[in-house]
Amino acid sequence: MKLMDPSKMQARMHRRIYQNNILKYIFLLATLFGLVVLATLIIRVLNDGLGWIDFNFLTGRLSNDAERAGIMGAILGTFWLMVVVAPVTLIVGIGTAIFLELYLKKGKAQSFIQTNISNLAGVPSIVYGILGLTIFVRLMDMGNIVLAGGLTLSLLVLPIIIVAAQEAIRAVPSFLTEASYGMGATKWQTIKNIILPAALPGMLTGAILALSRAIGETAPLTVIGIPALIIPFPSGITDKFTALPMQIYYWTLDSSLVAEYANLAAATIVVLLLLLFILNSTAIFIRNKFQQRY
Amino acid sequence: MSISFVTETPKKELPSIHEANKQSNQVVFDTKQLNLWYGDTHALKEVDLLIYEKEITAIIGPSGCGKSTYLKTLNRMVELVPTVKISGNITYKNKDILDRSFKVEELRTLVGMVFQKPNPFPKSIYDNVAYGAKIHGIRNKKILDEIVERSLKGAALWDEVKDRLKENAYGLSGGQQQRLCIARTLAIEPDVILMDEPTSALDPISTSKIEELIQTLKKDYSIIIVTHNMQQAARISDRTAFFLNGEVVEYDKTEKLFSNPNDKRTEDYITGRFG
Amino acid sequence: MASNSHNEDVRVRDLITEKRAKKSISQIFEKIIPIILFSFALITILTTIGIIYTLLVETIEFFKRVPIWDFFTGTVLRPLSQDPQFGVLPLINGTIISSVIAMLVAGPIGIMAAIYLSEYASDKIRRVLKPMLEVLAGIPTIVYGFFAFTFVTPLIRSIWPDVEATNILSPGIVMGIMIIPMIASLSEDAMSSVPNSIRDGAYALGATRLETTFKVVIPAALSGIIASFILGISRAIGETMIVTIASGSSKNFTFDITESMQTMTAYIVEVAGGDAGAGTTIYYSLYAVAMTLFVFTLLMNLLARYVSRKFREEY
Ligand SMILES: Nc1ncnc2c1ncn2[C@@H]1O[C@H](COP(=O)(O)OP(=O)(O)O)[C@@H](O)[C@H]1O
Ligand SMILES: [Mg+2]
Repeated sequence: MKLMDPSKMQARMHRRIYQNNILKYIFLLATLFGLVVLATLIIRVLNDGLGWIDFNFLTGRLSNDAERAGIMGAILGTFWLMVVVAPVTLIVGIGTAIFLELYLKKGKAQSFIQTNISNLAGVPSIVYGILGLTIFVRLMDMGNIVLAGGLTLSLLVLPIIIVAAQEAIRAVPSFLTEASYGMGATKWQTIKNIILPAALPGMLTGAILALSRAIGETAPLTVIGIPALIIPFPSGITDKFTALPMQIYYWTLDSSLVAEYANLAAATIVVLLLLLFILNSTAIFIRNKFQQRY
Repeated sequence: MSISFVTETPKKELPSIHEANKQSNQVVFDTKQLNLWYGDTHALKEVDLLIYEKEITAIIGPSGCGKSTYLKTLNRMVELVPTVKISGNITYKNKDILDRSFKVEELRTLVGMVFQKPNPFPKSIYDNVAYGAKIHGIRNKKILDEIVERSLKGAALWDEVKDRLKENAYGLSGGQQQRLCIARTLAIEPDVILMDEPTSALDPISTSKIEELIQTLKKDYSIIIVTHNMQQAARISDRTAFFLNGEVVEYDKTEKLFSNPNDKRTEDYITGRFG
Repeated sequence: MASNSHNEDVRVRDLITEKRAKKSISQIFEKIIPIILFSFALITILTTIGIIYTLLVETIEFFKRVPIWDFFTGTVLRPLSQDPQFGVLPLINGTIISSVIAMLVAGPIGIMAAIYLSEYASDKIRRVLKPMLEVLAGIPTIVYGFFAFTFVTPLIRSIWPDVEATNILSPGIVMGIMIIPMIASLSEDAMSSVPNSIRDGAYALGATRLETTFKVVIPAALSGIIASFILGISRAIGETMIVTIASGSSKNFTFDITESMQTMTAYIVEVAGGDAGAGTTIYYSLYAVAMTLFVFTLLMNLLARYVSRKFREEY
């Protein structure tokens, strides 16, 4: 006597295969959903903003008059923020990664610092804003200048570059370091001459990604207190400033009052996304171009 | 232009326990009761070995028996493994190299190493060879040029690469890369060259070129070579040590060891009856 | 021995010995470098200490003025009124509701995308789709905020006119979209690290791909998938700009998703952006709310790590 009825199995099998095929397309649609939203978002922003981007908009001063408003101040603010964030994160991030990977022995201290870094990566950006407000703006009495904002953003993205730099160091094959030590090189000589050059493309890629995260951040800047007022163009890291995301924020908020502000916000978004696109393309270029195959 | 070499230190009387080797060259490495652990793994057990100057010493034995470990102890590269513990004694020309006061950097300029897989740096051929001199503070371009040229000549690679010294070393074939690594080692004029299965990653033609090179180098250097290949050991070495499970089972003149081994285990190994 | 008779002979050995004798500077260097690098590594520790310290000090000050019990059980938040009240529940409520909405969007879509990428897509398709999804994760949140406010809210209102101009629904959905790539990517990692030998066992019994996915792959990758959800929630809780822009600043304690609600993050932006003078109770409330937020997200992150460690399958 058979325990399974072949004809029933047959019928069920058809259903199972049918289910499988249907769901396959549902899964595909779910995957594409995000991309459709992305496309909608970009089309929407271009549609609203592209027409507003011209020479005057890019080089002009802020103004309450939508027709005359320009974002040069915000562009410069973002530029000066990068001038602070790039070197600080690069030096501190790579330095920390070298220390963790090459100097600190595996053990309690190492895993403590490592755990701490991954916890920091999960702290909401607004909390960093409060840290920046308390330490840099108030305690060190810098006020809401570029340096205070830049240092705050640096702390925020430091975990990103540290982790990327650690991975880049780990990817340097041990046979290279062994060869260097075998020639009588000291540790630092080996790091400087062999490990850093080999890990540099990966480190730079991580640094650029960290930088692009930093310049898109808004929340910490709102806490630090970036004025919505019209201020002179910043000409250094000790000036007060506004930045592209802050400008988008204020214009979006006020778009319910003045409809054209939505267009200004969209136009500023186009500029910001373009900047991010350039940065990310550079990162990908560096990764592909300078990665050594052994 | 000629290559000059370090003059040796005055001859020392050999310890009497090594009576059989009395007529030999001077001793470079004297290993006594060396034990080494990787954590709990006892990788070298009571190793006693004398390495002689201007000779080729081969180390053979099944894989995992501690050949590489022994070699890396001689230039203290084993210390890169954090769990390593060492006891016993190794002297290099009567200086205790395991002593803390002996700088590893100095030891490694005296004792060069060539690795199993060719491992040039991702730099130009020139920079690869000049690396050692540069890290030791030699910056003069003329001197560097000369060092590069004669090291490459010494490694029988000059004619093949002299027109492309600025090209990346990864453009070379495997055999050329390995000779470049030898040239890189020659550039700092070591006394001893350690070679850990230097031909195991190479084709037969490159292998025979390297073997030939090793024999010419013997004139000026003391060479210790680990090899899997018993024919190779028999072909090129003056002395052979047979390692098994971290112990030296037998150490003798190569002809003797291969023609008339003392130990049954050596015989079994060289006749391919185990491992 | 080679002759030394030629003048142009370079004796590298001697040169090295000579240089070595003068190398004391670089030896000091060798000792100083690790100290400098250590001081860099210390910055990450100091950051944590700085965050906890500043939050703690000012929060304690706040609780001297507002009893801790009133803060955590109060449903009325009226910081600016004559008779200010500082109940945090409206903010926690807004935070939870927006996060739940976000996860209702990101959870199912993210996991379905992960299933598609890990189990159905060919290598080629995966290599195209995955980076494109990651672009979604790289868009600044302010841009999502703009999108929620100027596109998604009007869209929802055209379908469901009861929805207010600022509401929690729209930013919740948009946050969900923002979190999709995170869940998809982390879950996909977990699923693709399930070895094929386990799948083959199911296929050999005649299971379809779908059955293999749900009966074999997902159970095996469950810890990673759960961890990705927890991290998604943590991300939603900490997200600021989308809710600040699109959900307004109403501090009502309500469950009506068509209304404006304020999250903890949005409250911080509002208070910090206004000029609450240092020393006022409002000013200190900023830190108390931030502390609550910090603890929430920290617990989520620790939980995610615990889940993925503790229940990691050994293959
Ligand atoms: N880095 C290491 N950590 C732990 N154990 C090791 C390490 N390197 C080698 N060993 C162990 O030491 C023994 C000798 O290894 P090795 O010297 O590499 O052998 P051989 O070169 O003769 O093949 C082996 O049992 C090996 O597993
Ligand atoms: Mg070996």
